Amino acid sequence: MAFLEIDNVCKSFGPVDVLKNISLDVEEGGFLVLVGPSGCGKSTLLNTIAGLEGLTTGEIRIDGDVIDDLPPAERNIAMVFQSYALYPNMNVGQNIAFGLEMRGMPKAERDAKVQEVAKTLQIEALLERRPGQLSGGQRQRVAMGRALVRNPKLFLFDEPLSNLDAKLRVDMRTEIKRMHQTFGTTIVYVTHDQIEAMTLGTKIAVLKGGIVQQYGTPAEIYNNPSNLFVADFMGSPAMNLIPVEIDGSWVRLTRDGDDPLVLDFDQLPASVGNMSGKQVIMGIRPEAITDSQGGAATRASSHRTVTAKCRIDVVEPAGADIFAITALGGKEVVTRLHQDWVGQAGQNHDLVFNLDKVVFFDAQSGERLR
Amino acid sequence: MSSYASQKSAIGAGKLVRAALYAVLILFAVYYLLPLFVMLVNSVKTLDEIRGGNMMSLPEHFTFEPWLTAWSTAQIGVEPTGLRPFFVNSLFLVVPAVVISATLGALNGYVLTKWRFPGDKIIFGLMLFACFIPFQIVLIPMARILGLIGLAGTTSGLVLVHVVYGLGFTTLFFRNYYAAFPDELIKAAKMDGAGFIRTFTRILLPSSGPIIVVTVIWQFTNIWNDFLFGASFADFDSMPMTVALNNLVSSSTGVKEYNVHFAGAILAALPTLVVYIVSGRYFVRGLMAGAVKG
Ligand SMILES: Nc1ncnc2c1ncn2[C@@H]1O[C@H](COP(=O)(O)OP(=O)(O)OP(=O)(O)O)[C@@H](O)[C@H]1O
Ligand SMILES: [Mg+2]
Repeated sequence: MAFLEIDNVCKSFGPVDVLKNISLDVEEGGFLVLVGPSGCGKSTLLNTIAGLEGLTTGEIRIDGDVIDDLPPAERNIAMVFQSYALYPNMNVGQNIAFGLEMRGMPKAERDAKVQEVAKTLQIEALLERRPGQLSGGQRQRVAMGRALVRNPKLFLFDEPLSNLDAKLRVDMRTEIKRMHQTFGTTIVYVTHDQIEAMTLGTKIAVLKGGIVQQYGTPAEIYNNPSNLFVADFMGSPAMNLIPVEIDGSWVRLTRDGDDPLVLDFDQLPASVGNMSGKQVIMGIRPEAITDSQGGAATRASSHRTVTAKCRIDVVEPAGADIFAITALGGKEVVTRLHQDWVGQAGQNHDLVFNLDKVVFFDAQSGERLR
Repeated sequence: MSSYASQKSAIGAGKLVRAALYAVLILFAVYYLLPLFVMLVNSVKTLDEIRGGNMMSLPEHFTFEPWLTAWSTAQIGVEPTGLRPFFVNSLFLVVPAVVISATLGALNGYVLTKWRFPGDKIIFGLMLFACFIPFQIVLIPMARILGLIGLAGTTSGLVLVHVVYGLGFTTLFFRNYYAAFPDELIKAAKMDGAGFIRTFTRILLPSSGPIIVVTVIWQFTNIWNDFLFGASFADFDSMPMTVALNNLVSSSTGVKEYNVHFAGAILAALPTLVVYIVSGRYFVRGLMAGAVKG
């Protein structure tokens, strides 16, 4: 039995169905990330777990106990809000202590707890300040302190980093990860940033239109997306999604002003092989298409590679790697080359395709062909 | 060179515009301050001097007599009581009426924005509508209701009238203010275990300074200056200041003591002036800064 169980939860606002049969579970100490585009129902799901919104149907359990009918304060859940929601009229110490005060904890005990939390988060020097006098990162830390001090069973985070600048976002991401590791708390974390999802989560649920598109570990989601939406949404640069023709075990990719590129898979799953003459999308991540130097490593680690000459249209050095863009199947295809690669745009170069990493989708339904 | 010259002339033109602006502003200020000036200087003159001289001139014989008369010995009704008892009446009317209507307005605003319920928009719409009902329309039904509940002619009755009539405005003020108050703060308070009342008193109210000041100024001046309700619903013992002042000024017997009238009128206006000056100082903005990421 999992620690947090979300069982067939539906939620509608009047006629609008926002959550549709959501079922997820998290182990104790797990880190579940809910990710998806704006308006897909992430915050709504989080609010139903917190008790700030009621469910329409379904059940939520913590440690086996149904919590649907408990008011938010009795669920033993703490939440860090997107805006941090620090009480503007109280100083940092009072902000952190407020939840304890409402639960009737005596002042001396409260103060000790606040000190302890402030120490862990290194905000002792800020306790007398008002939220208005803090920087974004400091506010974020206070908001976490307010959640931590109550020692809850479950933490909820609603896009806590979305309003910070890029550098601070990376720092705070690390800090949240460290907090998770030190305290071993169970966390449900909402973001629409797929990099945050990949780096933080032990499990990721990808949502779209109130439906769970895929639920799995970051590696499963990244390597084995279950449909076109997930494939496109997770990863940066995104997975290349190329329309192809299936011909036995051959996969044919058209090329402008050139012969089609044919990838010989030797053996294709039956579901893909049966699709000859139908519309199929091949998905391949940029790092699975590399130059001959990077290809050496690829060849060593994978079963099947294909090397082919392709025209490089654009070269984009990105420091650690070089992204080169070619055209296949009428699509721009991003490839990820070794940083020492030298070559000119507009010329043909050898590219190595790692066929182990290729996935196929039914273009009609968007579903994965396995 | 030429650009320097044109720049210089531009600065010159700017100065001219500014001077004209100030001239106009000063003109308007004088225009508005003139009546106050006339009232002030004539309230400290003797009656003879007013009759014989110029309204605008400064007093030759400075005297406080008219103020004392207006305050404590002027003939309002049968007794020479001055305005003092009616000033007290007005205070006993305005303080509870302002406190009650502002408190209820704040609670209404809180519920209408943070504890929404089906039909809340309609209720708010109806309350808004109350702001547009003219005084005259409610006079007769109100008189009837006051009679029915036995509050006719009492200060409590007047308090009730002003609370009911002011509720639309105070609700509107607080609702609009609280609508901009971040919902996440309310959610955070819920998660922290604060209930309906404590969320209001601990989170919302401490951030409501500016709107409380606005509401108090608005309600205080309106209720203090009200004449129609006072004249309609109060009897002699509960008569507010404005009605008493009218009785003083329009009493038909004897000579018109203009200096006393001026002093009385200033006395009647003084509390609203004080409210403006005192609470204006607390009109602090930016209390919300820092509540939300910025
Ligand atoms: N109180 C409400 N009444 C009606 N519809 C609502 C309400 N709250 C949310 N919705 C709708 O539910 C859907 C999901 O909203 P939600 O806030 O959960 O999205 P989200 O995934 O958190 O998006 P974002 O990334 O922009 O925060 C949206 O289409 C929204 O318009
Ligand atoms: Mg959201």
